[in-house]
Amino acid sequence: MKRVVYSGIEGRSLGYWSMMGVLALFILLAAGSFLYMEHSGHHVTGMNNQIVWGIPHVFAIFLIVAASGALNVASISSVFNQSIYKPMARMSAILALTLLAGGLVVLLLDLGRADRLIVAITTYNFKSIFAWNIMLYTGFFVIVLTYLWTMFDPAMHKHTRKAGTAAFIWRLVLTTGTGSIFGFLSARQGYDAAIMAPMFIIMSFAFGKAFFLILLLGIYNLTNRSISADLIERLKNLFGVFVAAVLYFAVVFHITNLYAAEHADYESFILVNGGIYTAIFWIGQVLIGGVIPLILLYSPMFAHSVKSIVTASILVIVGGFANIYGIVVGGQVFPLSLFPGQEVSSSFGDGVVNSYVPSLPEILLGLGGVAVAMGLFLFAIKVLRLVPNNLNAEHTETTSEVPC
Amino acid sequence: MSQKNMNNSEDKLVDAGVLSCQNKSRRNFLGKAAGASVIIAPGVTLIGISSAQSNTDVDGADSSKRWGMLIDTNQCAEGCNDCVSACQQENGWGEGSTDESHSNPEQQAQWIRTVTVRDKDTGHTNQLPMMCQHCAEPPCVDVCPTGASMQRADGIVLVDKHICIGCRYCMMACPYKARSFVHESLHDQKAYAPRGKGTVEACTLCVHRVDKGEQPACVESCSSGAMLFGDINDTNSEISKKLKEVGSTQIRADLGANPSVRYSGL
Repeated sequence: MKRVVYSGIEGRSLGYWSMMGVLALFILLAAGSFLYMEHSGHHVTGMNNQIVWGIPHVFAIFLIVAASGALNVASISSVFNQSIYKPMARMSAILALTLLAGGLVVLLLDLGRADRLIVAITTYNFKSIFAWNIMLYTGFFVIVLTYLWTMFDPAMHKHTRKAGTAAFIWRLVLTTGTGSIFGFLSARQGYDAAIMAPMFIIMSFAFGKAFFLILLLGIYNLTNRSISADLIERLKNLFGVFVAAVLYFAVVFHITNLYAAEHADYESFILVNGGIYTAIFWIGQVLIGGVIPLILLYSPMFAHSVKSIVTASILVIVGGFANIYGIVVGGQVFPLSLFPGQEVSSSFGDGVVNSYVPSLPEILLGLGGVAVAMGLFLFAIKVLRLVPNNLNAEHTETTSEVPC
Repeated sequence: MSQKNMNNSEDKLVDAGVLSCQNKSRRNFLGKAAGASVIIAPGVTLIGISSAQSNTDVDGADSSKRWGMLIDTNQCAEGCNDCVSACQQENGWGEGSTDESHSNPEQQAQWIRTVTVRDKDTGHTNQLPMMCQHCAEPPCVDVCPTGASMQRADGIVLVDKHICIGCRYCMMACPYKARSFVHESLHDQKAYAPRGKGTVEACTLCVHRVDKGEQPACVESCSSGAMLFGDINDTNSEISKKLKEVGSTQIRADLGANPSVRYSGL
């Protein structure tokens, strides 16, 4: 058995700086979009008084959900003592932090009064799940940074399992909180469901793993590091289980809704006659985000192919984004049920399916969040010893490490 | 209007609208449950508790009262828009205001609107005004992260524009779509009804008039007498007597929000 040696990536290549340059450009565009929206007001966006959370929220929630899931590889090594995953724990933890940072940036900059950040972090209404989430996000940074410290500092190694367990529990609570933002909305047909919390947890497993797999396999390919086939197989199988579980939860959510007559109209909207939102569900969430990735991961035709795993991961991200879009926007365009069983009309969009077309600044702001997450991650793996020099079997079966 | 006047009027509204928790077992329970986060995040929580305590002053609102409204939909004349016009004129939004010219109709604020309700089976149609229902258990107040959405001791639900961060979660939570978000800078405002870009607003039940012993503008303007305003805690008030006499409905009563606005004739 050999010890695991970590190093930063060199980060001097044209490819690295090109990637960083593109990400910086997106961040600049997002900054410009924010200033434009902040200066003009939200009238320059596609949002209105019916669709109050648009595509920036979709990006933000998607990144926040993926963040907690990205920690999963670290959790499996520390909490469930799977030593094969241990060398990847540092990357997993840092990715969780950078994804969360990206999501929170978008969430903050889409506020009507982003300048009141200090109010948001000092004035709490403890009945609000939103306020709970602010504390959960802050706590996540503190706990995962502590967890990283225990992994980096040999003197702290003895605390790694404890810190990893705390981070694992915290991330479960955090995603419960994110799902509950929707689960607690009793007035809206598309939300108001306790299953939202566990569904968001399983979504986080899949989305976070997808990000992790793309980055892991990409880094090892681009820096000519080796990784064992056995490890890839295990990562792939676990990923497949998560993707299937997301589909399972979607089935349970919609079957439960279909059973209750009061939700029939909403289900009909999402599943049958909702136009773009029906397409987003069946083509985006189910087909691109679930069925095709599962075929790529488990069909003998594509077995053992790294390309098929990366493709499946990309599709899960695309489908996952569609999933969140369907929940956030689809749940709002469907009219509130003011008088159940009766037809309602007004000058304020009552009784009709509302429309939402994302504006360019909103999309750029959201993409900027992704760029922040990826840029911070690429910077971190350059300056910190996060990436094992190789992930061959003889390295991944050991429990001893040196920090290079 | 000068900035100083604007700030004074905002302060008055905020002072008058300080949150007061009535005996609400469910919300108290939630508050206590959330208090458990002291263990998880002691530093942060201590700040929150101190700010919560400073919000318990009751200045200008009488907790023995619960202001409410009874709307007789049988008297609400089809096509009549008097209550909406009066609210617009009183509070400086919509027609007559030079503001929100950049916002599209879906983005423009509507504090009160008329809603037409048609029974699918019988074809029977009602028209009624819809605005903030000033719930006893307001979901908007529960979900607001900063406490900007608040409930006065007398049940009037308001937004503290000083600490609203514009997250719009209250708009997601409101069962009545009674809230609007201001999508652009405003210049043409009333001193007693401050509004602001990037914050959420709704019917204030004309709190500035109520505190002077007057009726909300919509009630005063209703020529058909369909709207009755008063203290529903006072058994001798006209509204209480009427509520006892006629059958009335709370919209989406199933949600348990216990609105202070009731409708008859539905």
